[in-house]
Amino acid sequence: MEKMPKWADVVLIPVISLLLATILSAIVILAIGEDPIEAVSLMVTGALGSTYGWGYTLYYATNFIFTGLAVAVAFHARLFNIGGEGQAMLGGLGVAIVCLSVQWPHWSIALLAACAASMIFGAAWAAIPAYLQAKRGSHIVITTIMFNFIAAALLNYMLVNVMRPQGSQDPATARFPEAVHLPTFQSMFSTAENVMFRGAPANISFFVALIACVVVWALIWRTRLGYEIRAYGHSETGAVYAGISPVKITVVAMLISGALAGLMAINNVMGEAERLVLNSTEGAGFIGIAVALMGRSHPFGVFLAAILFGFLYQGGAELALWTSIPRELIVVIQALVILFTGALDNMVRMPLEKLFLSFRKGSA
Amino acid sequence: MEFFLTLIQVLDSTIRLATPLLLACLAGLYSERAGIFDIGLEGKMLMAAFFSAAVAAVTGSVWLGLLAGIASSLVLSALHGFASITFRGNQLISGVAINFLASGMTVLIAQSWFQQGGRTPSLFGGGRFEPINFPLAETIDGVPLVGPVYSELLSGHSILVYAAFLMVPLTWWVLYRTRFGLRLRAVGENPAAVDTAGVSVVGLRYAAVAICGVLCGVAGAYLATALQAGFVKEMTAGRGFIALAALIFAKWRPWHAMWACLLFGLLQAIALRFQNIDLGGLIIPVQVMDALPYILTVVILAGFVGKAVPPRAGGEPYVKER
Repeated sequence: MEKMPKWADVVLIPVISLLLATILSAIVILAIGEDPIEAVSLMVTGALGSTYGWGYTLYYATNFIFTGLAVAVAFHARLFNIGGEGQAMLGGLGVAIVCLSVQWPHWSIALLAACAASMIFGAAWAAIPAYLQAKRGSHIVITTIMFNFIAAALLNYMLVNVMRPQGSQDPATARFPEAVHLPTFQSMFSTAENVMFRGAPANISFFVALIACVVVWALIWRTRLGYEIRAYGHSETGAVYAGISPVKITVVAMLISGALAGLMAINNVMGEAERLVLNSTEGAGFIGIAVALMGRSHPFGVFLAAILFGFLYQGGAELALWTSIPRELIVVIQALVILFTGALDNMVRMPLEKLFLSFRKGSA
Repeated sequence: MEFFLTLIQVLDSTIRLATPLLLACLAGLYSERAGIFDIGLEGKMLMAAFFSAAVAAVTGSVWLGLLAGIASSLVLSALHGFASITFRGNQLISGVAINFLASGMTVLIAQSWFQQGGRTPSLFGGGRFEPINFPLAETIDGVPLVGPVYSELLSGHSILVYAAFLMVPLTWWVLYRTRFGLRLRAVGENPAAVDTAGVSVVGLRYAAVAICGVLCGVAGAYLATALQAGFVKEMTAGRGFIALAALIFAKWRPWHAMWACLLFGLLQAIALRFQNIDLGGLIIPVQVMDALPYILTVVILAGFVGKAVPPRAGGEPYVKER
């Protein structure tokens, strides 16, 4: 018998955790001598009060959908992929190579090629930790952390020594040609008399992210492979007994995870910066952990959590602009969300389970 | 002779750079030997670095700063213990949360406290750990070979450096020669057996996590009050993860941990001094030096050069049978 109804597990626990994180964040804001109510209203107007704000919110959300899905897929196989950051960096490298080395006739073809390249690069960066976990038993968390640092060093090398245009001091690639610039929300939704999303970086990648959500949902819940991944994540011995190969599932789940993290690069590198710069990922790979935890590893949950974090990021930037609260407040909120929805899950769950059990006894 | 002096200088800076790694590495050793994975070393160091610098700047006393650093690191340790021992949560996720918490809170508090863009005022005088000069260091400096080794390499470090290196034999003795150490190692391998013997698993694990907090606190305080003069944003710069790498490289053993930290410290010292190294036409870019600790650790983890096997119960919350 389930201890709790399903809705409590899917909705109630994340909401309570989020509430706890919010209360603590409010206390933090109070403690540094600012007004939490005013801070929230500033964040809401800044992030959701205009199409410009929404344009930024959805841009950040696009990044977080990709990295959140990446962490979520790995979670289903009970693997903790902490290397989304490095995989997304490598995805950026793939996008830059594709965009700079070929004369693309149209952005749509370039986008398809960039998607493929970013996924291959991201997956390749996840492949070695996956193989080592599956075959040699090296702990995937440690190897993916190490690969984040190796990726940063590799990117640094490529940008400083190889891909930097001649005469430039900036460790970055050349600008991508005009032909591969992706359509932004501004160009897609504005009419002649009414300009929407002016100057905001949200672009067509957002819809790619939505497609990715649907594809991941179908993969996990509607295919044989998805079933095997979930079975393996649920019980390794059970899965082995059913003839599912742990090596195959570990490697395949990590390849998918790495590909999703790499895919983020079409948004931040191709859609926004339009060149590859150092630290282009800006920690989005790590936010994927918070997003996947809050979204309960379900694509729809990931989507909602990504929008929430997009809002927090844009709202936090506005907050830093208008008050003396630094942007790092968002990092604190992110930490609290990870803490309550991830590490302290049992703290919320145990009393709730007791409560539901006592209800059930009362009604029986 | 010039080569010799350069060598001495590089080794001298190796010792200084290896110290925070060594302290954090030993911190992780206690925790992981007791079966609690800790990827939050970085966060604890960062938090301690900030509070030690802040308190030292306000009070002018580096010793009060050190205490504040240790206390702040212990608070995060308690949080880690609370999440991973009491509530049997995921130790890795808890560590990730602690890293972010430290990274955000330090800047937030620094900004509201000092208004200097997330840094503390520069420390001077009693606010810093001063180098300790060995007796006669000046006098025998002129003696060839022995002189520079004694006066440059061994003498002239802060007290925390010597404390860190003394912690190595002490840790070895505690782990392998005391009852507490035996139990600590046992709780990381087979907590059920420890429980059966009537020893508290929870108590031992909290003790290990607390020791880890103290050592991370000293490591952070060293960074902000001895190696540098004050706190700057993200000043740990991945050292907590290099320490973690060193711990795996050393296969969770104290003496090996020291050698691993010295090796990784040497790589940092070389990268700091030479940038790109020219080996007769073959140029080793500085990024290789940056990445080498991580690459070496992956190779060790892969088991191609001696397999690194973590404590068996590591990462598993202990559930007492009812």
